[in-house]
Amino acid sequence: MLEIKEIWKTFNAGTVNEKQALRGVTLTLNEGDFCTVIGGNGAGKSTMLNAVAGTWAVDAGTISIGGTDVTRLPEHRRAAFIGRVFQDPMMGTAPTMQIVENLALAARRGQRRGLQWGLTKTEKDRYQALLSGLGLGLEDRLTSKVGLLSGGQRQALTLLMASLKKPKLLLLDEHTAALDPKTAAKVLELSDKIVAENRLTTMMVTHNMKDAIQHGNRLIMMYDGKIVIDVSGEEKKKLTVPQLLELFSKVSGSDEADDKLLLS
Amino acid sequence: MMNFIGALPGAVSQGLIWGIMAIGVYITYKILDIADLTVDGSFCTGGATFVVLFGSGVNLWLALLAALVIGMATGLVTGLLHTVCGIPAILAGILTQLGLWSINLAIMGMKANVAINVIDQTNLDRLLVSLRFVQEVAKGTRPIYRHPILVVGLFTAAIIAALYWFFGTELGAALRATGANPNMARAQGINTDTGKVLGLMISNGLVALSGALLAQYQSFADSSMGKGAIVIGLAAVIIGEVLFSRIFRNFALKLLAVSIGAIIYYIVIQAVVSLSGIDTNYLKLISALIVAVFLTVPYWKGRYFAKPVKKGGAANA
Repeated sequence: MLEIKEIWKTFNAGTVNEKQALRGVTLTLNEGDFCTVIGGNGAGKSTMLNAVAGTWAVDAGTISIGGTDVTRLPEHRRAAFIGRVFQDPMMGTAPTMQIVENLALAARRGQRRGLQWGLTKTEKDRYQALLSGLGLGLEDRLTSKVGLLSGGQRQALTLLMASLKKPKLLLLDEHTAALDPKTAAKVLELSDKIVAENRLTTMMVTHNMKDAIQHGNRLIMMYDGKIVIDVSGEEKKKLTVPQLLELFSKVSGSDEADDKLLLS
Repeated sequence: MMNFIGALPGAVSQGLIWGIMAIGVYITYKILDIADLTVDGSFCTGGATFVVLFGSGVNLWLALLAALVIGMATGLVTGLLHTVCGIPAILAGILTQLGLWSINLAIMGMKANVAINVIDQTNLDRLLVSLRFVQEVAKGTRPIYRHPILVVGLFTAAIIAALYWFFGTELGAALRATGANPNMARAQGINTDTGKVLGLMISNGLVALSGALLAQYQSFADSSMGKGAIVIGLAAVIIGEVLFSRIFRNFALKLLAVSIGAIIYYIVIQAVVSLSGIDTNYLKLISALIVAVFLTVPYWKGRYFAKPVKKGGAANA
Protein backbone atom coordinates (compact mmCIF):
# COMPACT_ATOMS: atom_id res chain seq x y z
CA MET A 1 0.00 0.00 0.00
CA LEU A 2 2.88 2.33 0.83
CA GLU A 3 6.19 2.05 -0.93
CA ILE A 4 9.07 4.27 0.15
CA LYS A 5 12.24 3.81 -1.87
CA GLU A 6 15.59 5.26 -0.85
CA ILE A 7 14.36 8.67 0.25
CA TRP A 8 16.85 11.33 1.33
CA LYS A 9 16.24 14.68 2.93
CA THR A 10 18.72 17.27 4.15
CA PHE A 11 17.57 20.40 5.95
CA ASN A 12 19.50 23.68 5.78
CA ALA A 13 21.94 22.23 3.29
CA GLY A 14 25.18 24.16 3.05
CA THR A 15 24.79 25.95 6.38
CA VAL A 16 26.15 25.24 9.85
CA ASN A 17 22.72 23.89 10.74
CA GLU A 18 22.83 21.27 8.01
CA LYS A 19 20.98 18.16 9.12
CA GLN A 20 20.67 14.96 7.16
CA ALA A 21 17.28 13.96 8.47
CA LEU A 22 16.58 11.02 6.17
CA ARG A 23 19.42 8.95 4.78
CA GLY A 24 18.07 6.45 2.32
CA VAL A 25 14.91 5.22 3.98
CA THR A 26 13.20 2.28 2.29
CA LEU A 27 9.98 0.81 3.60
CA THR A 28 7.04 -1.12 2.21
CA LEU A 29 3.75 -1.41 4.06
CA ASN A 30 1.21 -4.01 2.99
CA GLU A 31 -2.48 -3.31 2.94
CA GLY A 32 -3.84 -3.41 6.48
CA ASP A 33 -0.44 -3.12 8.13
CA PHE A 34 -0.41 -1.17 11.39
CA CYS A 35 3.19 -0.14 11.81
CA THR A 36 4.51 1.63 14.89
CA VAL A 37 7.59 3.82 14.55
CA ILE A 38 9.98 4.51 17.42
CA GLY A 39 13.36 6.16 17.78
CA GLY A 40 15.17 8.88 19.70
CA ASN A 41 14.77 12.60 19.16
CA GLY A 42 16.01 13.59 15.72
CA ALA A 43 16.04 10.01 14.45
CA GLY A 44 13.80 10.97 11.52
CA LYS A 45 10.44 9.53 12.57
CA SER A 46 8.33 12.62 12.04
CA THR A 47 10.46 13.59 9.06
CA MET A 48 9.58 10.30 7.38
CA LEU A 49 5.87 10.88 8.02
CA ASN A 50 6.10 14.43 6.70
CA ALA A 51 7.91 13.16 3.61
CA VAL A 52 5.04 10.78 2.95
CA ALA A 53 2.43 13.47 3.64
CA GLY A 54 4.23 15.88 1.31
CA THR A 55 4.92 18.72 3.74
CA TRP A 56 7.97 19.35 1.54
CA ALA A 57 9.59 17.52 -1.38
CA VAL A 58 12.25 14.87 -0.72
CA ASP A 59 15.74 15.37 -2.19
CA ALA A 60 15.90 11.90 -3.71
CA GLY A 61 13.94 8.69 -3.79
CA THR A 62 10.31 7.86 -4.57
CA ILE A 63 7.12 7.44 -2.58
CA SER A 64 4.04 5.69 -3.89
CA ILE A 65 0.71 5.07 -2.22
CA GLY A 66 -1.57 2.31 -3.48
CA GLY A 67 0.45 2.09 -6.69
CA THR A 68 0.32 5.84 -7.43
CA ASP A 69 3.64 7.66 -7.48
CA VAL A 70 3.07 10.71 -5.26
CA THR A 71 6.68 11.90 -5.02
CA ARG A 72 5.96 15.03 -7.07
CA LEU A 73 2.45 15.72 -5.79
CA PRO A 74 1.93 18.71 -3.48
CA GLU A 75 0.59 18.14 0.02
CA HIS A 76 -3.04 18.99 -0.74
CA ARG A 77 -3.14 16.55 -3.66
CA ARG A 78 -1.67 13.71 -1.61
CA ALA A 79 -4.34 14.36 0.98
CA ALA A 80 -6.68 12.40 -1.26
CA PHE A 81 -4.87 9.25 -0.11
CA ILE A 82 -3.86 10.18 3.41
CA GLY A 83 -5.57 10.77 6.74
CA ARG A 84 -3.44 12.53 9.35
CA VAL A 85 -3.43 13.25 13.06
CA PHE A 86 -0.71 15.58 14.33
CA GLN A 87 1.19 15.79 17.58
CA ASP A 88 -0.16 19.27 18.31
CA PRO A 89 -3.91 19.04 18.96
CA MET A 90 -4.25 22.56 17.50
CA MET A 91 -2.99 21.43 14.10
CA GLY A 92 -5.64 19.02 12.93
CA THR A 93 -8.78 21.13 13.20
CA ALA A 94 -10.05 24.59 12.29
CA PRO A 95 -10.68 26.22 15.70
CA THR A 96 -13.04 28.96 14.54
CA MET A 97 -15.30 26.54 12.69
CA GLN A 98 -18.03 24.32 14.09
CA ILE A 99 -17.53 20.63 14.89
CA VAL A 100 -19.84 19.60 12.04
CA GLU A 101 -18.17 22.04 9.65
CA ASN A 102 -14.80 20.47 10.40
CA LEU A 103 -16.23 17.02 9.73
CA ALA A 104 -17.85 18.23 6.51
CA LEU A 105 -14.49 19.56 5.33
CA ALA A 106 -12.87 16.20 6.09
CA ALA A 107 -15.65 14.28 4.36
CA ARG A 108 -14.70 16.05 1.11
CA ARG A 109 -11.00 15.27 1.33
CA GLY A 110 -9.67 14.60 -2.14
CA GLN A 111 -12.79 15.82 -3.88
CA ARG A 112 -13.30 18.86 -6.04
CA ARG A 113 -14.94 21.55 -3.96
CA GLY A 114 -17.58 23.45 -5.87
CA LEU A 115 -20.61 25.60 -5.18
CA GLN A 116 -22.80 22.91 -3.65
CA TRP A 117 -23.69 23.40 0.01
CA GLY A 118 -20.72 22.67 2.22
CA LEU A 119 -22.83 20.87 4.81
CA THR A 120 -26.13 19.09 4.19
CA LYS A 121 -28.84 17.99 6.57
CA THR A 122 -28.26 14.26 5.97
CA GLU A 123 -24.58 14.73 6.65
CA LYS A 124 -25.34 16.34 10.01
CA ASP A 125 -27.33 13.31 11.11
CA ARG A 126 -24.54 10.99 10.06
CA TYR A 127 -21.93 13.02 11.96
CA GLN A 128 -24.09 13.09 15.04
CA ALA A 129 -24.23 9.30 15.03
CA LEU A 130 -20.47 9.01 14.49
CA LEU A 131 -19.71 11.53 17.23
CA SER A 132 -21.85 9.69 19.75
CA GLY A 133 -19.70 6.65 18.97
CA LEU A 134 -16.73 8.54 20.44
CA GLY A 135 -18.45 8.68 23.83
CA LEU A 136 -17.26 12.21 24.54
CA GLY A 137 -20.60 13.97 24.49
CA LEU A 138 -19.66 15.83 21.31
CA GLU A 139 -22.88 14.70 19.63
CA ASP A 140 -24.73 17.34 21.66
CA ARG A 141 -22.33 20.09 20.64
CA LEU A 142 -22.50 19.82 16.86
CA THR A 143 -22.39 23.56 16.26
CA SER A 144 -19.81 24.37 18.95
CA LYS A 145 -16.58 25.92 17.75
CA VAL A 146 -13.74 23.37 17.83
CA GLY A 147 -11.58 25.95 19.62
CA LEU A 148 -13.67 25.31 22.73
CA LEU A 149 -12.74 21.61 22.90
CA SER A 150 -10.00 20.09 25.05
CA GLY A 151 -6.85 18.61 23.52
CA GLY A 152 -8.12 15.06 23.89
CA GLN A 153 -11.48 15.89 22.37
CA ARG A 154 -9.73 17.54 19.44
CA GLN A 155 -7.49 14.56 18.82
CA ALA A 156 -10.50 12.25 18.93
CA LEU A 157 -12.30 14.53 16.47
CA THR A 158 -9.23 14.68 14.22
CA LEU A 159 -9.06 10.87 14.24
CA LEU A 160 -12.69 10.71 13.21
CA MET A 161 -12.02 13.28 10.50
CA ALA A 162 -9.02 11.34 9.21
CA SER A 163 -11.11 8.21 8.78
CA LEU A 164 -14.35 9.82 7.60
CA LYS A 165 -13.32 9.40 4.01
CA LYS A 166 -11.47 6.10 4.15
CA PRO A 167 -7.81 6.92 3.49
CA LYS A 168 -5.39 4.53 1.81
CA LEU A 169 -2.95 5.45 4.57
CA LEU A 170 -3.38 6.82 8.09
CA LEU A 171 -0.47 8.78 9.59
CA LEU A 172 -0.45 9.27 13.36
CA ASP A 173 2.43 11.51 14.38
CA GLU A 174 2.86 11.16 18.16
CA HIS A 175 -0.78 12.08 18.36
CA THR A 176 -1.05 11.30 22.08
CA ALA A 177 2.20 12.96 23.19
CA ALA A 178 0.55 16.25 24.19
CA LEU A 179 -2.19 14.59 26.25
CA ASP A 180 -2.34 13.53 29.88
CA PRO A 181 -1.82 9.77 30.43
CA LYS A 182 -5.48 8.95 30.93
CA THR A 183 -6.63 10.88 27.86
CA ALA A 184 -3.71 9.51 25.86
CA ALA A 185 -4.80 5.95 26.67
CA LYS A 186 -8.34 6.75 25.62
CA VAL A 187 -7.26 8.30 22.31
CA LEU A 188 -4.97 5.33 21.64
CA GLU A 189 -7.81 2.95 22.29
CA LEU A 190 -9.96 4.94 19.91
CA SER A 191 -7.19 4.85 17.30
CA ASP A 192 -7.06 1.05 17.55
CA LYS A 193 -10.81 0.87 17.15
CA ILE A 194 -10.91 3.15 14.11
CA VAL A 195 -7.99 1.37 12.45
CA ALA A 196 -9.55 -2.04 13.05
CA GLU A 197 -13.05 -1.06 11.96
CA ASN A 198 -11.88 0.50 8.70
CA ARG A 199 -8.94 -1.87 8.26
CA LEU A 200 -6.66 1.08 7.62
CA THR A 201 -3.01 0.85 6.65
CA THR A 202 -1.44 2.88 9.45
CA MET A 203 1.86 4.34 10.56
CA MET A 204 2.03 5.54 14.14
CA VAL A 205 5.00 7.40 15.57
CA THR A 206 5.32 7.14 19.32
CA HIS A 207 7.86 7.83 22.05
CA ASN A 208 6.38 5.15 24.23
CA MET A 209 8.02 1.75 23.71
CA LYS A 210 5.25 -0.11 25.46
CA ASP A 211 2.65 1.44 23.18
CA ALA A 212 4.81 0.63 20.19
CA ILE A 213 4.91 -3.03 21.19
CA GLN A 214 1.29 -3.33 22.21
CA HIS A 215 -0.22 -1.76 19.12
CA GLY A 216 -0.06 -2.83 15.52
CA ASN A 217 1.40 -5.83 13.73
CA ARG A 218 4.76 -4.34 12.85
CA LEU A 219 7.38 -2.19 14.54
CA ILE A 220 10.22 -0.21 13.06
CA MET A 221 12.90 1.71 14.87
CA MET A 222 14.73 4.63 13.33
CA TYR A 223 18.18 5.87 14.16
CA ASP A 224 20.11 8.67 12.52
CA GLY A 225 17.83 8.95 9.51
CA LYS A 226 17.61 5.23 8.79
CA ILE A 227 15.38 2.31 9.67
CA VAL A 228 17.53 0.09 11.91
CA ILE A 229 15.01 -2.40 13.27
CA ASP A 230 12.02 -3.89 11.52
CA VAL A 231 10.05 -6.63 13.30
CA SER A 232 6.60 -8.01 12.56
CA GLY A 233 4.24 -10.88 13.17
CA GLU A 234 4.96 -13.39 15.93
CA GLU A 235 8.38 -11.91 16.57
CA LYS A 236 6.83 -8.52 17.38
CA LYS A 237 4.15 -10.03 19.60
CA LYS A 238 6.80 -11.62 21.81
CA LEU A 239 8.91 -8.47 22.01
CA THR A 240 9.52 -6.86 25.43
CA VAL A 241 10.82 -3.39 26.28
CA PRO A 242 14.22 -4.66 27.61
CA GLN A 243 14.68 -6.77 24.47
CA LEU A 244 13.91 -3.79 22.33
CA LEU A 245 16.43 -1.65 24.20
CA GLU A 246 19.06 -4.33 23.79
CA LEU A 247 18.32 -4.66 20.09
CA PHE A 248 18.66 -0.94 19.80
CA SER A 249 22.00 -0.65 21.55
CA LYS A 250 23.32 -3.41 19.28
CA VAL A 251 22.48 -1.52 16.09
CA SER A 252 23.26 1.96 17.30
CA GLY A 253 26.65 1.09 18.74
CA SER A 254 28.50 3.18 21.27
CA ASP A 255 26.06 5.85 22.45
CA GLU A 256 23.62 3.39 23.92
CA ALA A 257 23.41 4.94 27.36
CA ASP A 258 22.23 8.30 26.03
CA ASP A 259 19.65 6.76 23.81
CA LYS A 260 18.34 4.49 26.51
CA LEU A 261 17.51 7.61 28.43
CA LEU A 262 15.78 9.12 25.47
CA LEU A 263 13.72 6.08 24.73
CA SER A 264 12.64 4.81 28.12
CA MET B 1 -25.81 70.95 16.19
CA MET B 2 -28.35 71.60 13.42
CA ASN B 3 -25.45 71.38 11.07
CA PHE B 4 -24.64 67.89 12.32
CA ILE B 5 -28.22 66.64 12.07
CA GLY B 6 -28.50 68.05 8.57
CA ALA B 7 -25.35 66.19 7.58
CA LEU B 8 -26.51 62.87 9.04
CA PRO B 9 -28.21 61.39 5.94
CA GLY B 10 -25.07 62.12 3.94
CA ALA B 11 -22.85 60.58 6.61
CA VAL B 12 -25.00 57.44 6.73
CA SER B 13 -24.94 57.15 2.93
CA GLN B 14 -21.17 57.49 2.84
CA GLY B 15 -20.83 55.04 5.72
CA LEU B 16 -22.92 52.49 3.83
CA ILE B 17 -20.75 52.87 0.73
CA TRP B 18 -17.54 52.47 2.73
CA GLY B 19 -19.25 49.59 4.50
CA ILE B 20 -19.08 47.58 1.28
CA MET B 21 -15.33 48.17 1.23
CA ALA B 22 -15.15 47.19 4.89
CA ILE B 23 -16.92 43.91 4.10
CA GLY B 24 -14.14 43.29 1.58
CA VAL B 25 -11.57 44.02 4.28
CA TYR B 26 -13.43 41.65 6.63
CA ILE B 27 -12.94 38.80 4.13
CA THR B 28 -9.16 39.17 4.11
CA TYR B 29 -8.55 40.37 7.64
CA LYS B 30 -10.98 38.16 9.54
CA ILE B 31 -11.60 35.15 7.31
CA LEU B 32 -8.23 34.72 5.57
CA ASP B 33 -6.19 36.25 8.39
CA ILE B 34 -4.28 38.49 5.97
CA ALA B 35 -3.87 42.26 6.37
CA ASP B 36 -4.26 43.19 2.72
CA LEU B 37 -3.00 46.68 1.89
CA THR B 38 -3.99 46.42 -1.78
CA VAL B 39 -7.28 48.10 -0.88
CA ASP B 40 -5.75 51.58 -0.65
CA GLY B 41 -5.02 51.26 -4.37
CA SER B 42 -7.89 49.11 -5.60
CA PHE B 43 -10.50 51.40 -4.05
CA CYS B 44 -9.38 54.19 -6.38
CA THR B 45 -9.01 51.75 -9.29
CA GLY B 46 -12.71 50.98 -8.95
CA GLY B 47 -13.64 54.64 -8.75
CA ALA B 48 -11.45 55.68 -11.67
CA THR B 49 -12.63 52.82 -13.88
CA PHE B 50 -16.24 53.63 -13.21
CA VAL B 51 -15.98 57.38 -13.80
CA VAL B 52 -14.00 57.02 -17.02
CA LEU B 53 -16.32 54.36 -18.46
CA PHE B 54 -19.50 56.09 -17.34
CA GLY B 55 -18.21 59.39 -18.69
CA SER B 56 -17.66 57.85 -22.09
CA GLY B 57 -21.29 56.73 -22.20
CA VAL B 58 -21.02 53.14 -21.05
CA ASN B 59 -24.07 51.70 -19.31
CA LEU B 60 -23.97 52.28 -15.53
CA TRP B 61 -24.29 48.61 -14.63
CA LEU B 62 -21.61 47.62 -17.09
CA ALA B 63 -19.32 50.28 -15.66
CA LEU B 64 -19.96 48.97 -12.12
CA LEU B 65 -19.29 45.43 -13.30
CA ALA B 66 -16.05 46.57 -14.93
CA ALA B 67 -14.95 48.18 -11.66
CA LEU B 68 -15.70 44.92 -9.83
CA VAL B 69 -13.76 42.84 -12.35
CA ILE B 70 -10.73 45.15 -12.39
CA GLY B 71 -10.76 45.18 -8.60
CA MET B 72 -10.66 41.38 -8.64
CA ALA B 73 -7.69 41.56 -11.00
CA THR B 74 -5.79 43.71 -8.48
CA GLY B 75 -6.51 41.08 -5.83
CA LEU B 76 -5.27 38.43 -8.24
CA VAL B 77 -1.97 40.30 -8.61
CA THR B 78 -1.45 40.53 -4.85
CA GLY B 79 -2.47 36.90 -4.47
CA LEU B 80 0.01 35.71 -7.07
CA LEU B 81 2.80 37.86 -5.64
CA HIS B 82 2.10 36.25 -2.29
CA THR B 83 1.59 32.62 -3.28
CA VAL B 84 3.63 32.13 -6.46
CA CYS B 85 6.46 34.56 -5.70
CA GLY B 86 6.50 33.88 -1.96
CA ILE B 87 6.35 37.53 -0.92
CA PRO B 88 4.86 38.09 2.55
CA ALA B 89 1.20 39.10 2.24
CA ILE B 90 1.60 42.58 3.71
CA LEU B 91 4.48 43.41 1.40
CA ALA B 92 2.69 41.93 -1.62
CA GLY B 93 -0.25 44.23 -0.87
CA ILE B 94 2.02 47.26 -0.53
CA LEU B 95 3.70 46.47 -3.86
CA THR B 96 0.39 46.18 -5.69
CA GLN B 97 -0.87 49.32 -4.00
CA LEU B 98 2.19 51.26 -5.10
CA GLY B 99 1.94 49.99 -8.66
CA LEU B 100 -1.75 50.85 -8.75
CA TRP B 101 -0.97 54.49 -8.02
CA SER B 102 0.47 54.77 -11.55
CA ILE B 103 -2.20 52.57 -13.08
CA ASN B 104 -4.98 54.63 -11.50
CA LEU B 105 -3.49 57.80 -12.94
CA ALA B 106 -3.20 56.09 -16.32
CA ILE B 107 -6.87 55.06 -16.19
CA MET B 108 -7.76 58.70 -15.53
CA GLY B 109 -5.68 59.84 -18.50
CA MET B 110 -2.73 60.94 -16.33
CA LYS B 111 -4.85 63.38 -14.38
CA ALA B 112 -5.17 63.44 -10.60
CA ASN B 113 -8.95 63.41 -10.84
CA VAL B 114 -11.83 63.00 -13.25
CA ALA B 115 -15.39 64.16 -12.72
CA ILE B 116 -18.84 63.11 -13.83
CA ASN B 117 -20.72 66.06 -15.24
CA VAL B 118 -23.72 66.18 -12.93
CA ILE B 119 -24.78 69.67 -14.04
CA ASP B 120 -26.06 67.88 -17.10
CA GLN B 121 -29.49 66.69 -15.93
CA THR B 122 -29.63 63.58 -18.19
CA ASN B 123 -26.25 62.50 -16.88
CA LEU B 124 -27.42 62.99 -13.31
CA ASP B 125 -30.57 60.97 -13.95
CA ARG B 126 -28.50 58.08 -15.24
CA LEU B 127 -26.72 57.76 -11.89
CA LEU B 128 -27.72 55.21 -9.28
CA VAL B 129 -26.50 57.17 -6.27
CA SER B 130 -25.46 60.77 -5.87
CA LEU B 131 -24.86 63.24 -3.10
CA ARG B 132 -27.40 65.44 -4.86
CA PHE B 133 -30.12 62.83 -4.48
CA VAL B 134 -29.86 63.22 -0.70
CA GLN B 135 -30.77 66.89 -1.00
CA GLU B 136 -33.31 66.36 -3.78
CA VAL B 137 -35.19 63.71 -1.83
CA ALA B 138 -35.25 66.06 1.16
CA LYS B 139 -36.68 68.80 -1.07
CA GLY B 140 -39.15 66.38 -2.61
CA THR B 141 -37.92 66.78 -6.18
CA ARG B 142 -36.85 63.14 -6.38
CA PRO B 143 -38.81 60.07 -5.21
CA ILE B 144 -37.85 58.65 -1.83
CA TYR B 145 -36.78 55.29 -3.28
CA ARG B 146 -33.89 57.02 -5.02
CA HIS B 147 -32.39 58.00 -1.66
CA PRO B 148 -28.76 56.74 -1.48
CA ILE B 149 -29.37 55.20 1.95
CA LEU B 150 -32.05 53.00 0.44
CA VAL B 151 -30.20 52.19 -2.77
CA VAL B 152 -26.83 51.42 -1.15
CA GLY B 153 -28.66 49.61 1.65
CA LEU B 154 -30.21 47.28 -0.94
CA PHE B 155 -26.80 46.86 -2.57
CA THR B 156 -25.29 45.92 0.79
CA ALA B 157 -28.08 43.46 1.50
CA ALA B 158 -27.56 41.78 -1.86
CA ILE B 159 -23.80 41.54 -1.26
CA ILE B 160 -24.26 40.11 2.23
CA ALA B 161 -26.74 37.56 0.86
CA ALA B 162 -24.34 36.53 -1.90
CA LEU B 163 -21.41 36.19 0.53
CA TYR B 164 -23.56 34.28 3.01
CA TRP B 165 -24.41 31.82 0.28
CA PHE B 166 -20.83 31.58 -1.00
CA PHE B 167 -19.20 30.95 2.37
CA GLY B 168 -21.73 28.20 3.00
CA THR B 169 -20.67 26.29 -0.11
CA GLU B 170 -17.91 23.70 -0.25
CA LEU B 171 -15.58 26.19 -1.87
CA GLY B 172 -16.44 28.90 0.66
CA ALA B 173 -15.95 26.51 3.57
CA ALA B 174 -12.55 25.57 2.12
CA LEU B 175 -11.66 29.26 2.08
CA ARG B 176 -12.68 29.67 5.71
CA ALA B 177 -10.59 26.63 6.65
CA THR B 178 -7.62 28.13 4.78
CA GLY B 179 -7.77 31.18 7.04
CA ALA B 180 -8.59 29.29 10.22
CA ASN B 181 -5.82 26.68 9.96
CA PRO B 182 -3.82 26.30 6.74
CA ASN B 183 -2.16 23.09 8.00
CA MET B 184 -5.48 21.45 8.57
CA ALA B 185 -6.79 22.77 5.26
CA ARG B 186 -3.93 21.18 3.32
CA ALA B 187 -4.31 17.93 5.22
CA GLN B 188 -7.93 17.92 4.09
CA GLY B 189 -6.87 18.36 0.47
CA ILE B 190 -7.51 22.09 0.19
CA ASN B 191 -5.17 24.10 -1.99
CA THR B 192 -4.49 26.97 0.41
CA ASP B 193 -2.74 29.05 -2.25
CA THR B 194 -5.80 29.02 -4.47
CA GLY B 195 -7.93 29.82 -1.45
CA LYS B 196 -5.87 32.88 -0.59
CA VAL B 197 -5.86 34.16 -4.17
CA LEU B 198 -9.61 33.66 -4.49
CA GLY B 199 -10.25 35.43 -1.18
CA LEU B 200 -8.08 38.38 -2.17
CA MET B 201 -9.92 38.61 -5.50
CA ILE B 202 -13.36 38.65 -3.92
CA SER B 203 -12.21 41.16 -1.32
CA ASN B 204 -10.67 43.60 -3.78
CA GLY B 205 -13.60 43.19 -6.16
CA LEU B 206 -15.88 44.46 -3.39
CA VAL B 207 -13.43 47.22 -2.49
CA ALA B 208 -13.35 48.44 -6.10
CA LEU B 209 -17.13 48.24 -6.32
CA SER B 210 -17.32 50.38 -3.21
CA GLY B 211 -14.85 52.83 -4.79
CA ALA B 212 -17.05 52.98 -7.88
CA LEU B 213 -20.11 53.76 -5.76
CA LEU B 214 -18.25 56.45 -3.84
CA ALA B 215 -16.96 58.07 -7.03
CA GLN B 216 -20.50 58.03 -8.33
CA TYR B 217 -21.85 59.44 -5.09
CA GLN B 218 -19.41 62.34 -4.96
CA SER B 219 -19.41 62.58 -8.79
CA PHE B 220 -15.63 62.35 -9.17
CA ALA B 221 -12.71 59.98 -8.77
CA ASP B 222 -9.47 61.18 -7.27
CA SER B 223 -6.08 59.50 -7.24
CA SER B 224 -5.89 59.79 -3.47
CA MET B 225 -9.47 58.71 -2.71
CA GLY B 226 -8.31 55.33 -1.41
CA LYS B 227 -5.64 56.68 0.89
CA GLY B 228 -6.15 55.17 4.32
CA ALA B 229 -9.01 52.98 3.07
CA ILE B 230 -7.56 49.97 4.88
CA VAL B 231 -7.70 51.91 8.14
CA ILE B 232 -11.33 52.86 7.60
CA GLY B 233 -12.09 49.26 6.71
CA LEU B 234 -10.38 47.97 9.84
CA ALA B 235 -12.16 50.62 11.91
CA ALA B 236 -15.51 49.42 10.61
CA VAL B 237 -14.63 45.75 11.18
CA ILE B 238 -13.44 46.42 14.72
CA ILE B 239 -16.23 48.80 15.72
CA GLY B 240 -18.76 46.28 14.41
CA GLU B 241 -17.08 43.50 16.34
CA VAL B 242 -16.70 45.39 19.60
CA LEU B 243 -20.34 46.51 19.56
CA PHE B 244 -22.11 43.47 18.17
CA SER B 245 -19.98 40.36 18.71
CA ARG B 246 -22.10 39.31 21.68
CA ILE B 247 -25.42 39.46 19.87
CA PHE B 248 -24.52 38.78 16.23
CA ARG B 249 -23.32 35.19 15.88
CA ASN B 250 -24.63 34.36 12.44
CA PHE B 251 -22.24 35.05 9.55
CA ALA B 252 -24.66 37.31 7.69
CA LEU B 253 -25.22 39.34 10.85
CA LYS B 254 -21.48 39.66 11.35
CA LEU B 255 -21.19 41.18 7.88
CA LEU B 256 -24.10 43.47 8.74
CA ALA B 257 -22.19 44.50 11.87
CA VAL B 258 -19.26 45.53 9.65
CA SER B 259 -21.55 47.69 7.55
CA ILE B 260 -23.06 49.28 10.67
CA GLY B 261 -19.53 49.76 11.98
CA ALA B 262 -18.71 51.82 8.90
CA ILE B 263 -21.84 53.93 9.36
CA ILE B 264 -20.99 54.59 13.00
CA TYR B 265 -17.46 55.53 11.98
CA TYR B 266 -18.79 58.12 9.52
CA ILE B 267 -21.27 59.51 12.02
CA VAL B 268 -18.47 59.93 14.56
CA ILE B 269 -16.25 61.63 11.97
CA GLN B 270 -19.15 63.86 10.93
CA ALA B 271 -19.83 64.72 14.56
CA VAL B 272 -16.20 65.65 15.13
CA VAL B 273 -16.13 67.80 12.00
CA SER B 274 -19.40 69.66 12.50
CA LEU B 275 -19.31 70.01 16.27
CA SER B 276 -15.68 71.03 16.71
CA GLY B 277 -15.08 72.77 13.40
CA ILE B 278 -11.71 71.10 13.12
CA ASP B 279 -9.70 71.44 9.91
CA THR B 280 -10.74 68.45 7.76
CA ASN B 281 -7.06 67.83 7.00
CA TYR B 282 -6.86 66.35 10.51
CA LEU B 283 -9.37 63.65 9.59
CA LYS B 284 -6.71 61.05 8.74
CA LEU B 285 -5.07 61.61 12.11
CA ILE B 286 -8.42 61.20 13.83
CA SER B 287 -9.09 58.02 11.83
CA ALA B 288 -5.76 56.56 12.86
CA LEU B 289 -6.44 57.44 16.51
CA ILE B 290 -9.92 55.90 16.44
CA VAL B 291 -8.58 52.63 15.05
CA ALA B 292 -5.66 52.60 17.49
CA VAL B 293 -8.05 53.07 20.41
CA PHE B 294 -10.47 50.39 19.22
CA LEU B 295 -7.59 47.95 18.74
CA THR B 296 -6.10 48.75 22.13
CA VAL B 297 -9.23 48.49 24.25
CA PRO B 298 -9.89 44.75 23.77
CA TYR B 299 -6.20 43.97 24.30
CA TRP B 300 -5.90 45.95 27.52
CA LYS B 301 -9.22 44.63 28.72
CA GLY B 302 -7.91 41.09 28.47
CA ARG B 303 -4.53 41.94 29.89
CA TYR B 304 -5.08 44.38 32.71
CA PHE B 305 -8.73 44.15 33.55
CA ALA B 306 -9.29 40.41 33.57
CA LYS B 307 -12.23 39.42 35.70
CA PRO B 308 -11.09 38.30 39.16
CA VAL B 309 -11.31 34.58 39.83
CA LYS B 310 -14.54 33.68 41.53
CA LYS B 311 -13.80 31.63 44.61
CA GLY B 312 -16.30 29.18 46.03
CA GLY B 313 -19.70 28.63 44.45
CA ALA B 314 -20.55 25.83 42.11
CA ALA B 315 -17.62 23.94 40.65
CA ASN B 316 -17.35 22.99 37.00
CA ALA B 317 -18.37 26.35 35.59
